[in-house]
Amino acid sequence: MNAPLTPPDAPVRGAPIRFFEKRRKVYPRKVSGPFRRLKWAILVVTLAIYYITPWLRWDRGPHAPDQAVLVDLAGRRFFMGPIEIWPQEFYYVAGLLVMAGIGLFLITSTVGRAWCGYACPQTVWTDLYMAVERAIEGDRNARMKLDRAPWTFSKIAKRGTVHFLWLVIALLTGGAWVFYFTDAPTLLARLLDGTAPAAAYAAIGILTFTTYTLAGLMREQVCTYMCPWPRIQSAMLDEDSFIVTYKAWRGEPRGSAKAKAADPAIGDCVDCRACVAVCPTGIDIRDGPQLECITCALCIDACNEVMGKLGRPADLIGYSTLRRDGKESRGEPLEPMWKTFVRPRTLLYFALWAGIGIAMLVVLAGRQSLGITVAQDRNPLMVTMADGSLRNGYTVKILNKAARPRDVVVTLEGLPEARLWESLGAGAPSTAFRATVRPDGVETYRIFVRVPAGRLAAEHTPFTFRVTSVEDPGGRPEVAEADARFTVVRR
Amino acid sequence: MSDRDPSVPPGGVETTGHEWDGIEEYNNPLPRWWLVILMATIVWGIAFSIAYPAWPGFNASNGGLLGWSSRGRLEAQMAAVEAARAEAWQRIAALPLAELPQNPELMRLAVAGGASAFKVHCVQCHGSGGAGGPGYPNLNDDDWLWGGDIESLYQTIAHGIRAPGYDETRISQMPAFGRDGLLDKAQVAQVVEHVRALSGQEHDARKAAAGAAIFAEQCASCHGPEGKGNRELGAPNLTDAIWLYGGDRASLFQTIWNARNGVMPGWSQRLDDVTIRKLAAYVHSLGGGA
Repeated sequence: MNAPLTPPDAPVRGAPIRFFEKRRKVYPRKVSGPFRRLKWAILVVTLAIYYITPWLRWDRGPHAPDQAVLVDLAGRRFFMGPIEIWPQEFYYVAGLLVMAGIGLFLITSTVGRAWCGYACPQTVWTDLYMAVERAIEGDRNARMKLDRAPWTFSKIAKRGTVHFLWLVIALLTGGAWVFYFTDAPTLLARLLDGTAPAAAYAAIGILTFTTYTLAGLMREQVCTYMCPWPRIQSAMLDEDSFIVTYKAWRGEPRGSAKAKAADPAIGDCVDCRACVAVCPTGIDIRDGPQLECITCALCIDACNEVMGKLGRPADLIGYSTLRRDGKESRGEPLEPMWKTFVRPRTLLYFALWAGIGIAMLVVLAGRQSLGITVAQDRNPLMVTMADGSLRNGYTVKILNKAARPRDVVVTLEGLPEARLWESLGAGAPSTAFRATVRPDGVETYRIFVRVPAGRLAAEHTPFTFRVTSVEDPGGRPEVAEADARFTVVRR
Repeated sequence: MSDRDPSVPPGGVETTGHEWDGIEEYNNPLPRWWLVILMATIVWGIAFSIAYPAWPGFNASNGGLLGWSSRGRLEAQMAAVEAARAEAWQRIAALPLAELPQNPELMRLAVAGGASAFKVHCVQCHGSGGAGGPGYPNLNDDDWLWGGDIESLYQTIAHGIRAPGYDETRISQMPAFGRDGLLDKAQVAQVVEHVRALSGQEHDARKAAAGAAIFAEQCASCHGPEGKGNRELGAPNLTDAIWLYGGDRASLFQTIWNARNGVMPGWSQRLDDVTIRKLAAYVHSLGGGA
């Protein structure tokens, strides 16, 4: 970076300062190369995942939805293949979010802003929108010319077509989103005949608007002004993180091929500005690492194409780390690539990331499909019955996380001679309370427990509610327990 | 915004021209749309404060052009809830009361509705958990003066006990044996010992034997020869562990000497039939039975 860099719009001496400015529109040029092909592949895969997932089916029997991935907000259930999560198990989602966060750290500290450059929805949809724009309006120069052109019929037709296609894509984006929250085929039919819930139309409307605005109109400004991630980058990147770099030591001073032939001191950069023309955020990578750079690597493809034509070595702009770039510039030997990836920092991130993942899998594997919670009545704590026996009341909730109705038996452990019965039921006091719990649901019972007179001396006697599922022959009954206590009030 | 002498440093970033002790301030202009959105939110905020109650006054805030109020919203929501439940209440009203406990779905609704009505109308005497207190029956136990089946409960709640102005109210009257001169102090004390014997409490056997004769003559007509009580008359069972006014000697003496005759208001003139049905269901769920 030897040449003094003055922005083309540097203020004129004496002009008033502008604290706000109009967006400088970016017209990225078409480019081809390995990174562009990789980005197309990622775009196809990620969009396919997004659009197809809600339509995948997963048979869970007659009592649960058959959609593979379903966020059932109304029923407060989250289904993902064989996994079903209840609201009180939200820690799984929290764990996934923590993993996503550490995953970002891990990715960033090794290969830089790969998320930003390849997989972020903002990047993917913007790429898609740019492809549409390029197909209708033409490449960089044609678009710049069209912008300057007067509003003729042809310009209106082109612009209209682009915005119409953008809106169609936006509508499909928002439309796909709502299918994650209810049965997709049913919702599609209802959306088309106009009977879907207002919330579905509102969600589609909002997402259509945001997709159209963010991918069509805002583009790189989302990354530069709205997204916090570029700011966090500066904390995540170090001199061993791979970033897209311009090898200034090799490229400078810039000069044409003719000039280089005359003066061997001239570097490899011919200042063709191909890297600037293809940049979707409109920066010049030769100014060094910048906040706006999403490391999409398209400038690598653009520069390599030029270097190839000139018969010069590739990767004048390429993936490198600050340390490797420094060594390379001094002609020192480079360490093997894997040493750059495997270092204490990345190992720590990976260990944390994998540890949380394994812990979640272990918890998930041991997840029970039967549960019980007990809350003791507080008013009255105790009731004396006519025969002198003592009664406590409990609100007992039995959770059946299986997708079938289940018969269960509730018994008491640690309270000999105690009898229990349900307050609303007609059942007489007995040693066990039988109930049928609806599939994938919770039943609440008010249970009375009675102990004969004079048996309990202590003010509080701990005991256990035990619920056991009644299974078909051959099935292993599931057991869940909840602690409770029997209170004796002495006046 | 001052005019400035722009010095564009080698980094290419212009400065605002502000300088403090040699430290200059970069100027990285914000996008113009950002400013436009800021202005738009200000306009929106002003419009919002005109449309909705926002500006304080001496007695109340200005109403807002749209006439919105949180109370009005509450009323609308309450009305919507009532409308949604109306069908269930109608079914409860139409069902013979004795069949209600056999209908789990309606019974649950009735108990939930009764619980909230109980909190408004009954807790003043019976306590928030229905546990009562001296003179106010505990509704959780299995001892019922006038019957604990749901129809008897309905009858008691609707017409009250010794409630003035209710023709069908439950009435019984224990004489004030001491005050009215039917028994003297020694005799009352003997009856007290007998009553304690009936319920298996510690007692003076000699006095109790004398009390038994008096009991047979004076009390058995209502409480029964064995002291088991009589629900037709609201006469309490004296052999069980439950005492409305206390089973100690002083309380028993007081009860026999002065009589008690507590009063519960009737509710059929204040509450609608469905609410009384719900209350009966709720009380039945606490400790009701036959």
